[in-house]
Amino acid sequence: MQVQTTLNTQEEIETRKKEMRIRASKIKIRNLSLQIIVFIAIFGSWEFFSDKNIIDPFFFSSPSSIVKQIVEWVIEGTSQGPLYVHFVVSFEETVIAFVIGVILGVIAGYALGMNDLLAVIFGPYIQMLNALPRVVLAPIFIIWFGLGMPSKVALGVTLTFFIVFFNAFQGVREVDKNLLNNARLLGANKRQLAQHVIIPSALTWILSSLHSSFGFALVGAVVGEFIGSTKGLGFLIAQAQGAFNTTGVFAGMVLLSVTALAANWAVSKLETRFIAWRHVRQ
Amino acid sequence: MNQQSPRLPDSPMIDLQGVTKEFLKPSGEVHTVLRNINLRVAKGEFCSIVGPTGCGKSTTLSLIAGFEAPSLGKVQIKGEKLEGINSRASCVFQTENAFPWKTVIDNVSLGLRLNGTSKNDAFQEARRWIEKVGLKGFEGHYPHQLSGGMRKRVALAQCLITQPEILLMDESFSALDVHTRHLMENELLKIWEETSASVFFITHDLEEAIALSDRVIVLTAGPAATIKGDYRINLERPRNVAEIRFDKQFAELHEQIWNDLRDEVMVSYASANNA
Repeated sequence: MQVQTTLNTQEEIETRKKEMRIRASKIKIRNLSLQIIVFIAIFGSWEFFSDKNIIDPFFFSSPSSIVKQIVEWVIEGTSQGPLYVHFVVSFEETVIAFVIGVILGVIAGYALGMNDLLAVIFGPYIQMLNALPRVVLAPIFIIWFGLGMPSKVALGVTLTFFIVFFNAFQGVREVDKNLLNNARLLGANKRQLAQHVIIPSALTWILSSLHSSFGFALVGAVVGEFIGSTKGLGFLIAQAQGAFNTTGVFAGMVLLSVTALAANWAVSKLETRFIAWRHVRQ
Repeated sequence: MNQQSPRLPDSPMIDLQGVTKEFLKPSGEVHTVLRNINLRVAKGEFCSIVGPTGCGKSTTLSLIAGFEAPSLGKVQIKGEKLEGINSRASCVFQTENAFPWKTVIDNVSLGLRLNGTSKNDAFQEARRWIEKVGLKGFEGHYPHQLSGGMRKRVALAQCLITQPEILLMDESFSALDVHTRHLMENELLKIWEETSASVFFITHDLEEAIALSDRVIVLTAGPAATIKGDYRINLERPRNVAEIRFDKQFAELHEQIWNDLRDEVMVSYASANNA
């Protein structure tokens, strides 16, 4: 006990704490500066080569003109109307497709996971549909639903549904048998088993699929817009491509990746909220 | 039935009558796990069951819990034929009892919440049990934040809060290190002595069985395992599990039962090597 007290005076604890804090912030600064160096190296050389005409600016554009293009779009609007309209349309399509896809996927995954007969009957058909490259459905959806939002939503739904479905299905199947038996002995009826055991257990699987499924909802919206639309970021990129405006294509890409990053962040927040028990660490 | 009544005023808590359990293998052969098991466990009795690996100890437990039905014979609980899940029992499993997405207090109060007790009452009772198993202050922790021994304490509280008449234990402590195990065994005995539950304790560890039980049942090696020996353990209670092993009477009992068990372990070992 004596050794403990001599080594752990308030003062010593404070200095050690300070040291640890300094070390942690040093590591943080190092990582950040390395990240910035990589950024400068890539975009700097791009800018440099393009500026010196070593690579053709017509085909490869340059970071500065991309930034200029985005600023111009934001301030003056695009040739196809104000930027925010396109942004909002794409975002709306993505979110609606995502929500519908997730709901259908969870319901179908739960139903098939719980019911062996349903799984046997529908399993092969779902496998078949999943094997189909879903992008080829875009033309058919445009014929069915027109150039507006519904065709893009439909495409996004077909893309998100399967990811969520397979995860929900697996989640329901993978429930620990002991935990099920334990809940049964403690007196859980069917509904309570679902509420206390099956759904929380499947939720970890479902939530981990949300990251990729949101990405796919965005792919659905943008690809749908490429193929036929009158609004949206995909439409904007397609227009820029039609006018051989490389800078416009890149600018559209930047906007898309910003959207995707924001969505990823939102999904992470959702995740920590719903499966808090996984993230709490001592 | 009437001839028994003078000897046993109440019907036994657990009564296995000529129970046989068979499984149909994919090859079409019938695999007999248990054959003609006759076993009675009285109210409040601590009964352990030992036997070599794969002899059907866990199958016996799932028959009593009602997870499975016997192929032949019947399982009676307090004189009533068991159908479906046994509502008088709860079980501490070898692996995990606690639901990882629930905090300690949610886990412990679950049994009460499931039968419709209000959240306030359930939590109040849960707090009492959490204190009883020595986890006061950990109410808001999640299972993965606790050590293996603490998780077993949660499991015990979770099982006992519903005041089951039968406590099933399926190698509950076998994953713990030996000191934690002794601690938990003592804890179990202390809490059990306050309740009137019958305990059905499965273990492969003969010392553990003798140290804890009123009665030790030896099963023969599987397949088609049946009861080989039935020993009464008349060691004094309360017992200290870690120290009772040095008792002379303990050593005698151990030798006696081990003579019985050894042959079965050899049989099971030989058949495992031949397979």
